[in-house]
Amino acid sequence: MKRIGVYVCHCGGNISEVVDVKKVAETAKEQGEVVLVRDHEHMCSETGQNLVIEDIKEHKLDKVVIAACSPQFQGPTFKATLEKAGLSPYVLEMANIREHCAWPHFHDPDQATEKAKGLTNIAIAKARLDEPLTKKKFPIGKRVLVVGGGIAGIQTSLDLGDAGFDVFLVEKNPSIGGKMLQLSRTFPTEDCAACILSPKMADVVSNENIHLYSYTEVKDISGYLGNYEVTLEKKATYVDPDKCTSCGLCANVCPIKVPNEVDEGLSERKAIYLASPIAVPHSYLIDDNVCIKCGRCVKVCDPKAIDLESSGEQIKLTVDTIVVATGYDIFDAHRKAVYGYGRFENVITSLELERMIVHSAEGNPLRPMGKRIAFIQCVGSRDEQVGNEYCSRICCMYATKLSQLVKRSDPSRDVYVFYTDLRAYGKGFEEYYKRGQNEGVKFVRGRPAELIEDPETKKITLRVEDTLTRSLIESEFDLVVLSVGLEPNKGTEKVADMLRLAKSPDGFLQEAHPKFRPVDTLTDGVFLAGTVQGPKDIPDTVAQASAAAARAIRLMNKGEYDVDPVMAFVHTDKCDGCGLCVEHCPFNAISIVDRKTDDGSSSKVAEINEAMCKGCGSCTAYCPLDALDLHCYTNDQLLAEIEAALTDKKEGDYRVIVFADDMTAYRLADNVGTAKKGYSLDSRIIRIPSGSRITPKLMLKAISLGADGILFGESEQKSNPFSHSVATIQENVSKVQKILEEYGIEKDRVRLVQFVTVMLTGFVNNINTLSDFVRNLGPVPEDVKEKLGKTIDEKLFG
Amino acid sequence: MARKIVITSENVAFLKKISELSDQVITRCDQCGTCSGSCPMVEEMDITPAQIMRMVQLGQKEVMDTKAMWICASCFACTVRCPRGLDVSKVAEALRQVKLRQAIDYIDVNGIPDEEMERLPQIAIVSSFRKFTG
Amino acid sequence: MKIPYFPGCTLKTTAKNFEISALEVSKVLDIELVELPKWNCCGTVTSLTDDDLMHHLAPIRDLIRVEEMNESGLVDNEYRVVALCTMCFNVLKRSNQRIKERPDEFKKLNDFMYLEKDYQGKTEVIHYMELLRDLDFSKVSEKVKNPLKGLKVSPYYGCLMLRPKEVGIDDPESPTIQADLLGAIGADVIDNPFKTRCCGSYQTVRDKYTVAELAYDIITRARKNGAEMITSSCPLCLFNLADRQKEVMELHPEFEPMPVLYFTQLMALAFGLDEKYFGFEDNFIDPRPLLREKGLLK
Repeated sequence: MKRIGVYVCHCGGNISEVVDVKKVAETAKEQGEVVLVRDHEHMCSETGQNLVIEDIKEHKLDKVVIAACSPQFQGPTFKATLEKAGLSPYVLEMANIREHCAWPHFHDPDQATEKAKGLTNIAIAKARLDEPLTKKKFPIGKRVLVVGGGIAGIQTSLDLGDAGFDVFLVEKNPSIGGKMLQLSRTFPTEDCAACILSPKMADVVSNENIHLYSYTEVKDISGYLGNYEVTLEKKATYVDPDKCTSCGLCANVCPIKVPNEVDEGLSERKAIYLASPIAVPHSYLIDDNVCIKCGRCVKVCDPKAIDLESSGEQIKLTVDTIVVATGYDIFDAHRKAVYGYGRFENVITSLELERMIVHSAEGNPLRPMGKRIAFIQCVGSRDEQVGNEYCSRICCMYATKLSQLVKRSDPSRDVYVFYTDLRAYGKGFEEYYKRGQNEGVKFVRGRPAELIEDPETKKITLRVEDTLTRSLIESEFDLVVLSVGLEPNKGTEKVADMLRLAKSPDGFLQEAHPKFRPVDTLTDGVFLAGTVQGPKDIPDTVAQASAAAARAIRLMNKGEYDVDPVMAFVHTDKCDGCGLCVEHCPFNAISIVDRKTDDGSSSKVAEINEAMCKGCGSCTAYCPLDALDLHCYTNDQLLAEIEAALTDKKEGDYRVIVFADDMTAYRLADNVGTAKKGYSLDSRIIRIPSGSRITPKLMLKAISLGADGILFGESEQKSNPFSHSVATIQENVSKVQKILEEYGIEKDRVRLVQFVTVMLTGFVNNINTLSDFVRNLGPVPEDVKEKLGKTIDEKLFG
Repeated sequence: MARKIVITSENVAFLKKISELSDQVITRCDQCGTCSGSCPMVEEMDITPAQIMRMVQLGQKEVMDTKAMWICASCFACTVRCPRGLDVSKVAEALRQVKLRQAIDYIDVNGIPDEEMERLPQIAIVSSFRKFTG
Repeated sequence: MKIPYFPGCTLKTTAKNFEISALEVSKVLDIELVELPKWNCCGTVTSLTDDDLMHHLAPIRDLIRVEEMNESGLVDNEYRVVALCTMCFNVLKRSNQRIKERPDEFKKLNDFMYLEKDYQGKTEVIHYMELLRDLDFSKVSEKVKNPLKGLKVSPYYGCLMLRPKEVGIDDPESPTIQADLLGAIGADVIDNPFKTRCCGSYQTVRDKYTVAELAYDIITRARKNGAEMITSSCPLCLFNLADRQKEVMELHPEFEPMPVLYFTQLMALAFGLDEKYFGFEDNFIDPRPLLREKGLLK
């Protein structure tokens, strides 16, 4: 036996000055299973709340309906009230008779009262079927996978390790350190990159909570938050790092020479080599792509560290959260053919120049630098012709740095930077740019169109307009440095696919929200750090890395995390395991498993993985047996709300049901009411997590029961928390429209409109337009409604 | 003496006209100068291709009095290199057409010397008449 | 194979040697270039304004002829039309692309040309070099009887074969198609960084000395890399690079003339065809002394 208590709030006049709250209370009393109705001046006040608590205890209420303001406003307050009284917060329903009634319809108190009665009845209908659920808690451990051992991965690992979390740091190169390891000095302070990075790399090794897997790649990841199953492939180094003393005798005798990657191919290394003088782990290794297994190194190795027969290993881990820090690659300058990279020996990239500067400190710059040097900005960035529209953010500053370094090391040099804009936006940047100008670096505003090589001298002629004097410059240089932009690292693609991570239009991985969740992804428990998310300099990378660590700690710190019970569930008695739903879950939360039966027969049934379910409800539309459902918004509840919205329809009345999604349209309706903008009283707003919850069956039922129009108000595609929602709603609406046409019902009675929370006029116009439209058409004839009502299942699932 | 220009709302009409005639969003140009550097004829011009774009952006009708657009050889080097994806050759053509459609020819058809007329292949004559006469 | 062929005005007059060599070379490759009946001048340059439909009429009319050729049985299910003159190629292809993107203009043009059959939009415009590339240059190599060994040739592309990108038959910054073709007939191919720089085009009518300077730069750069000869596929480029060498020498008295040929002329030579198909007597700078010196011509 249900015992529903209904409270109608005056809201200090805000509601009672327009809506006759006594009449609303009277109507509520007439509803089934309502045992108590009160009206009150201020429900949210302490007295109001205490009244509810006492009533619950005294009258043994098991469901509570409060007709007052928006649940977005005082919902949390009243939920807490119910918990204090010992009831589940999920048996509370609120009828929004302020923002959705008294406020927008203040000019028509009679009609507003009628609508308030209707909205209260809808809430009562839903409350009647509420289940006393509790928040779902899931256990979570303290294990984190960090993919990528550049400065971002290193910083994140150190923060997590120091906080007592178990870190598995995976790096595909033999040494951690990433691109920063290759830099000379960093802007704007000109710190030596290797000097400031080395201690951090050493800290990684000495931190007992960090397990470093170098020369290792992520082969596979599956699972979900709290239970990610990771397979790593560690490549064979053929050298035991515990025995290797880095004496280097092996490299001396090795006959194989190949270009040295760390020096961008400007120097050579052997097949057995040390990745860098400051490599971590600090051990030699063998590149088995080029090793000929001659064995000379083995003969000279005193500690016997080399084993040419060793093999790689596969490592399996389970982790709770993941931080993706796979970094960037520089733009391949071969793609900009006009600049002759790869054809002209005196055209190099900025990264090559970094290596030259590092080696110049030892007196050997790897190749001649010359006296006349030109830097070309925006190579591979801000360029539709190569397909990269974005700005790579750091090139203006690194060119300002490199140009100053080469000028200072030999003031007789003539150094030019050819730019389109000079972006010196950060702390100390403008001052550093000024210093460059002071030192005599010449900044010319023009984007070089083409480079020509003199076939004898090999010097490079640059053809560029100085846009500030509007003259053409055709001038010869000894060295041209291409300031190459950043692109997402090649390894990122694989990891992104494994984790279903979205990409931004510029190709970098997408953050969950551009303003408020810059290091989260839309995959729970997976975070981004560093240039994998977009070009940025070292300070921003480090800040983001620490932020990712903090976000991961936030999730893992309490040992469990909780989630609203708005989740899919299966009516196992109805489900036949057909599996149609599985492919329609965008979060892969449904699987078909064996059902245990008493008589020993085998059958299949659908099962929901609650850790992965996001509660969008899209799956429910695809089940022909009504076996799929959503807690807090069950099929029965939605139908009850729809019926309650239509049951008080009188002759000549029209009803437009508005399904408003929680994130945007419902809030927008609140904003419209708060702004006291009026709209058609034909409307009845029903709140849902997302429009994708409303199945074609529910829509058709609504029409057959008397809904004249249906409007879906939904977050626009690009800011929708469920990225598939808009497409799903469009599909559902199309299905319904097709069927409506077969019955001669005008298909535009059912519409989808995408909103943002400030489109107040848009909201009003769309509702009014639909209302006018259906009024013009007139009601759907009774016999058509009846016919439709009888054939819904047949039409949908045939 | 430095030049002074006027930028009022009237100038917008000229920008709109040239944008429509060339089907290019001329306000997208960020004045990088790649078009000028690519142009084989730029050294003969009185203003650079990027400068043509600038003057049209600011609605400076005086650009109609310049010679650069007539010196253009329609080689499309600017078009394939513009980092903003603009077709600068179409803007030059639009400016030429504004004059030509007013029946103001750029070359005097009868002014070509006879020896030249004998040497020139008709492909040169037809194309130059197409570009320089209405 | 039989394929519709659009010659254009200049190939029938001042550039006869281009057509003569091409037709004969094609025969050797089992290609019959079937000339469009009742073709008209393409217009030489494409109209670049957004509102101009009139100047696309002439090129589209030629494309209708291609469809008619299929109907009358002159060719069998061959809707590609091949052009030798690069300017014709560019104009025909651009007009074809444009009206296919604008159905309302498509209809307007057909309505306006009510005396013609309606254009169905089936025709595709290709350049002769594309045809050879699709055939595969190895098939060209097979027919070479007199490989041009020792002849240092620099291919010149000009503008309209490669630009804009939607029309071009190769990468506009680093094309290789003509270089590959010349390599296939045995020549020593010399690269020229100015191979895609404009020759000055129609400016030759108004300002021949500027054009001469451009020609001077293009040829000198090729020569610096070791070139002895330049090939092209455009009669206007040829005029500007070859005939204008007269003006070049006025400006640079020390300039040594360099022969500039149509690529089909070299192909004819390499295929060992009869001299009458070479057309060398019409080249402004006579290539014969150089060719005899290389032992490639008797």
